Amino acid sequence: MPGDLREGRIVIIGASLAGLRAAETLREEGFTGPLTMVGDEPHPPYDRPPLSKQVLLGKASASATELPTRRDPEAQWRLGVRATGLDPVGKRVLLADGDSLPYDRLLIATGTRARPWPNPEEAALDGVFTLRTSDDADGLAERLAAGPRRVLVIGAGFTGSEIASACRERGIEVTVAERGPAPLVGALGGTLAKLAAGLQRAHGVDLRCGVTVTALHGNGRFTGADLSDGSHIDADVCVVAMGAVRNTEWLADSGLAAGARGVACDAGCRAFNMYGIVTDDIFVAGDAARFPHPLFEYQMLSLEHWGNAVAQAEVAAHNMVNPGPLRRPHLAVPVFWSSQFGLNIKSVGVPTFSDQVVIAQGSLDERRLVMVYGYRGRVTAAVTVNMAKWLEYYERLIETAAPFPPAPGAADRATAAAVPVPSDVPDPKVLSHGPTVALTGYLPDRRLTMVRPV
Amino acid sequence: MRIVVDLTRCQGYAQCVFLAPEVFELHGEDALLYDPAVPDDQLDRVRQAAAACPVQAILVGEEVSAGAR
Amino acid sequence: MTADTLLERITDYANRPNPYPLYAELRAAGVARQTDGSYLLGTYHDIVALLHDPRISADPRSRSVPRGDRSEEGLHLPFLRLDDPEHHRLRTLAMRPFGPPHSPGRVDAMRGEIARITEELLEALQGRKQIDVVDDFAYPLPVTVICRLLGVPREDEPLFRAWSDVIVDSADVRPGEATERVRAGQQAHAEMGQYLVDLAERRRGQPTGDMLSAFINEPDPAGQRLTGEELAVTAVLLLIAGHETTVNLITNGVLTLLRHPDQLDRLRREPDLLPRAVEELLRYEPPVHMRERFPLADVDVAGTTIPKGTPMVLVLASANRDPKRFRDPDRFDPARPDNEHVGFGSGIHLCYGAPLARVEAQIALRALIPRLGTARLVQDPPPYRRNAMLRGPRHLPIEF
Repeated sequence: MPGDLREGRIVIIGASLAGLRAAETLREEGFTGPLTMVGDEPHPPYDRPPLSKQVLLGKASASATELPTRRDPEAQWRLGVRATGLDPVGKRVLLADGDSLPYDRLLIATGTRARPWPNPEEAALDGVFTLRTSDDADGLAERLAAGPRRVLVIGAGFTGSEIASACRERGIEVTVAERGPAPLVGALGGTLAKLAAGLQRAHGVDLRCGVTVTALHGNGRFTGADLSDGSHIDADVCVVAMGAVRNTEWLADSGLAAGARGVACDAGCRAFNMYGIVTDDIFVAGDAARFPHPLFEYQMLSLEHWGNAVAQAEVAAHNMVNPGPLRRPHLAVPVFWSSQFGLNIKSVGVPTFSDQVVIAQGSLDERRLVMVYGYRGRVTAAVTVNMAKWLEYYERLIETAAPFPPAPGAADRATAAAVPVPSDVPDPKVLSHGPTVALTGYLPDRRLTMVRPV
Repeated sequence: MRIVVDLTRCQGYAQCVFLAPEVFELHGEDALLYDPAVPDDQLDRVRQAAAACPVQAILVGEEVSAGAR
Repeated sequence: MTADTLLERITDYANRPNPYPLYAELRAAGVARQTDGSYLLGTYHDIVALLHDPRISADPRSRSVPRGDRSEEGLHLPFLRLDDPEHHRLRTLAMRPFGPPHSPGRVDAMRGEIARITEELLEALQGRKQIDVVDDFAYPLPVTVICRLLGVPREDEPLFRAWSDVIVDSADVRPGEATERVRAGQQAHAEMGQYLVDLAERRRGQPTGDMLSAFINEPDPAGQRLTGEELAVTAVLLLIAGHETTVNLITNGVLTLLRHPDQLDRLRREPDLLPRAVEELLRYEPPVHMRERFPLADVDVAGTTIPKGTPMVLVLASANRDPKRFRDPDRFDPARPDNEHVGFGSGIHLCYGAPLARVEAQIALRALIPRLGTARLVQDPPPYRRNAMLRGPRHLPIEF
């Protein structure tokens, strides 16, 4: 072990938001050793949230989303090459081009990829898309610009809903098929899901809930799909928006606690091995990480959030170059946002970790409200719709485990609506979309995180 | 130059939209959209927008491919 | 907790030139209960939390014990002093002709005109050995701008200045008897409101492109629009705010730069720093020093329970100097990173006119800085305006 943590070789696997912010932080913290960034896409780090918004609306090109840097990370870039394996004893990462990279400390930031349509032949039809990469967005934006007769979106999670919103804004007919009872229900629960369903229909979306897509048709080119209710949708474009898969397969033989829910790590972002023993030279950040959170009974959280990628990458990088007593925990409360159908939806905490909800400010009718989520009498999450300026108040309630329902007194709290109702969060198994924040139990053990068949 | 807005922090004050309306826009009442690739003739305005952001959520910088790659 | 006299000392005119040591005392005290029963708050984190707390009202009618000398009963209040949802409705209507989402380019499109007005004012000063920054420049600039924006004749300035002086004085945070001030303020407010509504009415059916014209002529898609009374109250607010605050920002800017010749020199060499320098001015010498609020429920602040309805004075200018948030807070640093100041407030009441004030201050200082090379302050500290809430010099004589 080198005595000075600011020296030595650091390898970061994953050249997206978390990888880039970690690299910058390492340099800001005084790391002077060689730094290698490995990314499987050929592009330098770019920002993904605009892909389902600005890019699909035709307001920005996918190539425009390359991320600005806070400072030059002075890294060696290995782009367009995948990591295929990890040898934690020999301390080397194996790459798809046959190369292997030695490291003293490693950061895993491989994130997620779009869950593909399960039938590979149907998925290969021209006009069938997923939306995760800038290449995906480029291709889809081009098709939308060409004016398709109808777009079929499979899955009404945040990505699917944003795609549907962009289509409607461009005047394109769109059908959304969702296995669950309503859009966003897996992330936000029943009440806001009803609002989302009403919103979609008011904007002219042909929303079909409680159905699955049983087959995609086409002769080389996508022409339509069959639904489980026996109906058929004619469309030129299909977007499969069925959530994300964590890029952890390359770690299958590494001995790390890596599985479908991510790579388990401690609050300091250090990876666990499959026996639940923490490593001290392998760190994890971003969507690939699964980490314990004290506000949610120390259950392990798996997040797919922009803000978490940044915050966790900064903590991981700090801890990679600082000795034990100076290390920091990653305790940030999860926050995410989505903009769709003219509304700005922001969430803080874990809405699925709830048994009741109450409207604390505003109203559903105005589509301007704060919904507060509680679990066993304490506040665990809040979602604002067009009321983002209040979010930090509720973040503080979550951080202090304030009693639920929250104390009265808000000037714009409608007394009639101030009665808690069940949060109505369904089992994710019955949905086409997953929550982008999930509690995944207490144990880092790999057996608990085996891939569950879809 | 590129920009990225930390929309986790953004509270919709729209100061950036006032100061650089060709780069930033409000989508509805509260949601922010922006062009991540800043045209040269908008750079001054974007710097003003970044300075004025009440929650300091706008990062203006060179992209990796423009620097030491 | 024993009652404190900090508010009396802060509002004492003798302390106007430098209230900052008193603010430090306030931060050390945490929450300071005053002899008049109100609470004074000055730390950054407490103030930001309160400005985002939905239980904190801006509406003076939320006082549990109405002040005998200040009856707001039956008065129409501007959105600045209302809570959601009424605040949101009125502010949204007021925003339609001024900013996004309806009029996103309005302020940006005024840059050229603001630059022209600035040049005209500065040209008239050519060759003068001594000027008063306030009367010769920092006051006439924003007044001319707000007049053009609203559609108020510039030559009526003496008229509305007289009203404005009385209104602003009546709204100042100051302990003690205020019956006369308040009655005079209400009278002036009614007259000014009528004057502005008359101006707007003349534009009905004959749009002129200004905001008064827009308020009276633009139908809102939802069928909502400002009533006559709402228009009066809103227009009074915009006209007063548009010229009572930016004057402080520009004047404080000149004063601060002349007190920091090294930074003045730096800005001359690095004009790209100006947007950040304006933000630093808003932190270091903000035009608005405090806001009044009233809790709608008992609230806990820094270990003290403030009872429902008790007036709270949030000292924004103190939050801006809080060493727990800003490194070396008493240092003026135009390149300060992470400058999340509350010079314009925060939360839903964040200053409506902030973007216009920023553009005016940037253009004004950009034009002034090259001319300040040989300038020096004639009087330091300069004479201040009486107002403790809207704090700024009444005159700022400088010599070339």
